[in-house]
Amino acid sequence: MAGSSRISRRDFVKVVTIALSSVMGAALGIPVIGYLIDPALKVQSSEAWIPLGPLENFPLGSPKSFSFTRSSVNGWEKTVNSYGGFILRKTETDLLALSSRCTHLSCSVNWDEGNNNYACPCHAAHFGSEGEVLDGPPPAPLDRYETKIEEGNLFIFFQKG
Amino acid sequence: MFKKIYAWLDERVGFDGLYKNLLDRPEPHGNWWNTLGSASLFLFIMQGATGIFLTVYYTPSPDHAYDSIQYIMNGVAFGWLIRGIHHWGASLMVLIVFIHMLRTFFSASYKYPRELTWIVGSLLFLLTLGMGFTGYLLPFNQRAYWATVVATEIGGVVPGIGDFILKALRGGTDVSALTLSRFFSAHIWMLPAALAGLIGVHLYLIMRHGESAYPDQDD
Repeated sequence: MAGSSRISRRDFVKVVTIALSSVMGAALGIPVIGYLIDPALKVQSSEAWIPLGPLENFPLGSPKSFSFTRSSVNGWEKTVNSYGGFILRKTETDLLALSSRCTHLSCSVNWDEGNNNYACPCHAAHFGSEGEVLDGPPPAPLDRYETKIEEGNLFIFFQKG
Repeated sequence: MFKKIYAWLDERVGFDGLYKNLLDRPEPHGNWWNTLGSASLFLFIMQGATGIFLTVYYTPSPDHAYDSIQYIMNGVAFGWLIRGIHHWGASLMVLIVFIHMLRTFFSASYKYPRELTWIVGSLLFLLTLGMGFTGYLLPFNQRAYWATVVATEIGGVVPGIGDFILKALRGGTDVSALTLSRFFSAHIWMLPAALAGLIGVHLYLIMRHGESAYPDQDD
């Protein structure tokens, strides 16, 4: 009885080897998984109110273009992206801010004063002054930015993704 | 179920023979100094594994090498751990391989029939130093840059062909982007491949001849 409950030297070495290997494997393996999937777990928030200058700069009735840049950092690389859009000031305070990015394949649309619509140069799509699709391939109307006016200055709310 | 899978594999692989030949070899009565070869092998595998993981983020270009390592150290979860193991493991490996060589020398284990094991081992030692030399440049900080400038100059003082050696090491007259990318290539492909192959030969020779016993009073 006393003999059977004792483990042999050989078994002891085996158990210790397996135990130590498992501990080391886990101590390395778990951090490695974290290391590999880390970029997927990061939340990149780029929400911001973008100032577009005094409200007087935007005329009543006709869309006026604006543009701004946002930089994003991926790992050790910084990329600067340009964005643009149009402000349609319908009344003194009733504003519509549209993105100039065509919802089809991301070309930049232009305001056509004569035809009173936005034209996309890539596939001849047209959007109405409210951003609605008039014709062409775009699947959705132009994106809208949320706007606010603070002390006579116009801001739009930018969010990515 | 598992027994069936094991039996199927065993019939084809032959685990018994594998176990007997690889792990259950008769050993002479040794001491802790005899474990340094296994320690070297363990460190080689460790350096290989952590090195592979480092290449996930590391970029071998002068513009990004330093920044990508800063990112590994500060931006990635456990990046400090992976690089730390690789960094300290490198120094430890040179040390352990060297002490392993000293042990072999002092216990006269390099004698017949193990001369070839010794020669291959010497090459393994040189390759280990080569790994240290090429890996040192990769962070591309001031210390790495000037260490490589000085070390490649050493190659440059060889009579006659010194200038050629210097240019071949640097990939041109200056330590540049070409130096970094060829050191990187040597560090992750050429030298490890040579190391792995020669380690195979080294281990085969050890299994063939068995470990050397320490000389006793009759010898």
